[in-house]
Amino acid sequence: MATTNAGAASAQGESEPAASPKPIVNDFSIQIATVNGSGSQSANSVLLRSIFVMGVPVSGKNLFPSNIAGLPTWYTIRASKHGYVARKKDIDILIAMNAETSREDILSLRPGAVAIYEESANLKQYRDDVTCYPVPFDKITAAVCPEAKLRKLVKNMIYVGVAAQLFSMDMKAVEDSLRKQFAKKQKAADLNWAAVEAGFNYAAQAFTKNDPFVLEPMHATEGKIIIDGNAAIALGAMFAGVTVVTWYPITPSSSVVEQLIDFLKKYRIEKDGKANFAVVQAEDELAAIGMVLGAGWAGARSMTATSGPGISLMAEFAGLGYFAELPGVIFDIQRVGPSTGLPTRTAQADLLSIAFLSHGDTKHVMLFPANVKECFEFAGAAFDLAEQLQTPIFVLSDLDLGMNNWMADPFDYPEKPLNRGKVLSADDLTKLGGFQRYQDKDGDAIPYRTLPGTDHPQASYFTRGSGHNEKALYSERPEDYQNLMERLARKFETARTMVPAALVVQTGKSKIGVVAFGTSDFAVTESRDQLKKEFGVEADYLRLRAYPFSREVRDFVASHDRVYVVEQNRDAQMLSLLKLDLPAAETPKLRSVRHFNGLPIDARSVTDEIVLQEGI
Amino acid sequence: MAATATPTPKTNRIGLPVVEYRGSKTTLCAGCGHNAISERIIDAMYEMGVQPEHVMKLSGIGCSSKSPAYFMSRSHSFNSVHGRMPSVATGAILANKTMLPIGVSGDGDSASIGIGQFVHLMRRNLPMIYIIEDNGVYGLTKGQFSATADIGSKLKTGVVNDLPAIDTCSLAIQLGATFVGRSFSGDKKQLLTMLKAAIAHKGTVMLDVISPCVTFNDHEGSTRSYKYMQDHEEPVGEVGFVPSFEEIDVEYDPGTTYDVTMHDGSSLRLRKLHEDYDPTDRALAVKTLMEAHDKGEILTGVFYIDTQKPAFTDLLNMVDEPLATLPQERTRPSKQVLEEIMSRLK
Repeated sequence: MATTNAGAASAQGESEPAASPKPIVNDFSIQIATVNGSGSQSANSVLLRSIFVMGVPVSGKNLFPSNIAGLPTWYTIRASKHGYVARKKDIDILIAMNAETSREDILSLRPGAVAIYEESANLKQYRDDVTCYPVPFDKITAAVCPEAKLRKLVKNMIYVGVAAQLFSMDMKAVEDSLRKQFAKKQKAADLNWAAVEAGFNYAAQAFTKNDPFVLEPMHATEGKIIIDGNAAIALGAMFAGVTVVTWYPITPSSSVVEQLIDFLKKYRIEKDGKANFAVVQAEDELAAIGMVLGAGWAGARSMTATSGPGISLMAEFAGLGYFAELPGVIFDIQRVGPSTGLPTRTAQADLLSIAFLSHGDTKHVMLFPANVKECFEFAGAAFDLAEQLQTPIFVLSDLDLGMNNWMADPFDYPEKPLNRGKVLSADDLTKLGGFQRYQDKDGDAIPYRTLPGTDHPQASYFTRGSGHNEKALYSERPEDYQNLMERLARKFETARTMVPAALVVQTGKSKIGVVAFGTSDFAVTESRDQLKKEFGVEADYLRLRAYPFSREVRDFVASHDRVYVVEQNRDAQMLSLLKLDLPAAETPKLRSVRHFNGLPIDARSVTDEIVLQEGI
Repeated sequence: MAATATPTPKTNRIGLPVVEYRGSKTTLCAGCGHNAISERIIDAMYEMGVQPEHVMKLSGIGCSSKSPAYFMSRSHSFNSVHGRMPSVATGAILANKTMLPIGVSGDGDSASIGIGQFVHLMRRNLPMIYIIEDNGVYGLTKGQFSATADIGSKLKTGVVNDLPAIDTCSLAIQLGATFVGRSFSGDKKQLLTMLKAAIAHKGTVMLDVISPCVTFNDHEGSTRSYKYMQDHEEPVGEVGFVPSFEEIDVEYDPGTTYDVTMHDGSSLRLRKLHEDYDPTDRALAVKTLMEAHDKGEILTGVFYIDTQKPAFTDLLNMVDEPLATLPQERTRPSKQVLEEIMSRLK
């Protein structure tokens, strides 16, 4: 399987690449094709980190199979002096380590690209328009690694050395990165470093550089951190004071809770050795969400993390959470579809199912973090919103953001105190002379609640689904149900004013607008530059950060003639939600740019589609 | 003071009259076994002197699950979704482990739609009282068989059940619940005693209470009718209970009685009716249940008790206070912690 969108190039017979091409500095992509379970992850991390340490903006993406070991996997690294971190549509440098896919891998390259591969595979026979660097990996590995069973792992470090030589990487940066990677294993570090040097030296004596790609030190990564989105969510939750965490393992969300457990064990054990949190691996997602809502009802800050199939199973409880007004936070790390097949590929395709998750009239609040910093910040905001609004809050990340490493500025400490929402104490009840659980006292449609254990004879109330009046008494009276439903709708309007607002970049002159959310932001940011540079088109941009949509959205659409909604699903789900929200007169302006092949969206695809629809 | 002043009502050891343990008026059918169970819960909580505000009532869906509205209005209550009360209870207990949680479920709610959550709750030994009000039928949907209906039991319509019953007590014992028994809504004394002992236990108490459905399953041919229970109930032992705050005044005879000291110092006394029955022997308990079932007997009493096994909340090693109300100073790590983590990611 090729992981580029480009059709297999049929460039056989074209002339050799020019002997001394103009250098392309700090602006290319590397794809390493390996077999999963072969230990290439460490080598790829070292490559990524070395470029980072050189001060060059870099991003890495793991395209892996749903499998323990033995199936093809690709790791893509993009170095970009412009700071672009979206997937690059074309691969510039291929490191083909998987014999099974190597033919297809090299055929998918564009002319002028580079291929590094095992000498015996003789990939040159397939492409004479690609710069080829054949390497006798096994021979070099055997020389540096006497222990046969370690060779499979060490072999990967050879390509790090080869790449370091060919693309002018700073060997000190490589060594620092490698020693950080094997920080606790001195012996492994030494062995792997020997392999890097062997690859480096081999390339120095065997090859004359015949391609344009080089790295040069920059200062664009100083002070930055590298983190994956799932770790950022885990940190956000810990600093938001989460106390009850429930989960059922599912790719790509498992590492949210796994990393959170590590953080909690390190930073949330009290002096007496006791935990101020509880983590439960539930029997399934139905139980995970039930525990979240039970804990939220009893006053804890509770969360679970899941992916699409888990969301489906949570449907009934999500509705109960909405009707009974129970706080809880659900992180959905979106992936492609159900069952086996592509659960390890990315998508933004759970929007519609979450917006109305459950039966009856339900509407849920969704937050859309677009980068690791927002993963951290929105995780925190979600707990405040859940308790303030007394409703489940869904945070939609995706596999691309969640499981890949991203550069970011260090996260800011949340200085704002936790907002625990409208909770009445025993003293409050004495002063008020009691309370009505579902009464809108403040005009914001958010009622007051009490927690079990509040020592006051009037503290208790009875929680149930839809059939209750303002006093939380059982009722099937039509007016009670209608009142409840109307108040819940008003509460959703209150939510509109509280969720993270959309971000707008607007010149005030352009007739074209782009709307995107989540990880599509990376591609759209780059695509807007392409549109401007290549076609002279300046497109304004609005990035959605939550549903219900903040007021900016309506104004943005109103002030443009054509608005392109960019998203990573087949059915234009965000566009559908916008249609429901916007005045009918505005909806014909909406146009759709969709990307749904399981790979992260890239800028070129966005640009091509907008150019096509604009008829440029 | 005027001589006509109303007499002070009788109060319990925390000074509350029994009326403070009552709930709303029941909407279940007159004669429903569930109402008798609600009455016994009121009596047990009153007699044990439990502060109503320290009780959480949890339920799923069904006639049984409506009943928490009919006892203890001063306690918070959560009528959740069908078959999923165990997860809601788990979350609530994690949030506030200082509460006394009582869950009310039914045979459909626990043994069919909710069997997945039921078995995992038992396995965790979650500290709560879990009552199945067991009538063998779905009442709210007008009388279909549930999974606890016995083979050969007949519906009003003449339909005969041809699948074996799930024995929730055997399941609970095998999976790890630490106080398992069966009673009958019509057996006031036994049920009240078992409920009082349940309040004193720390761990999962699973009580299957046979509770005839007067509307859909109280006819000739049903194995869950009042008549059938009167003819087939077979106590495994006589249950006695002395709460921690009362003095034991009866001599204990190890030949005829098992005496179990409970978590709070109360004493559970099981007078042997079946020879050699040992309520601390799991395998024997399950064997006895299966044999009784084969004989057509409905065994009642406390089948199994273990006061040593840690409850789920103990395994989690949580702080003593409720997690729900811990202050921010304890749940949000300091700025230095975040800076330390950030510097490691550079």
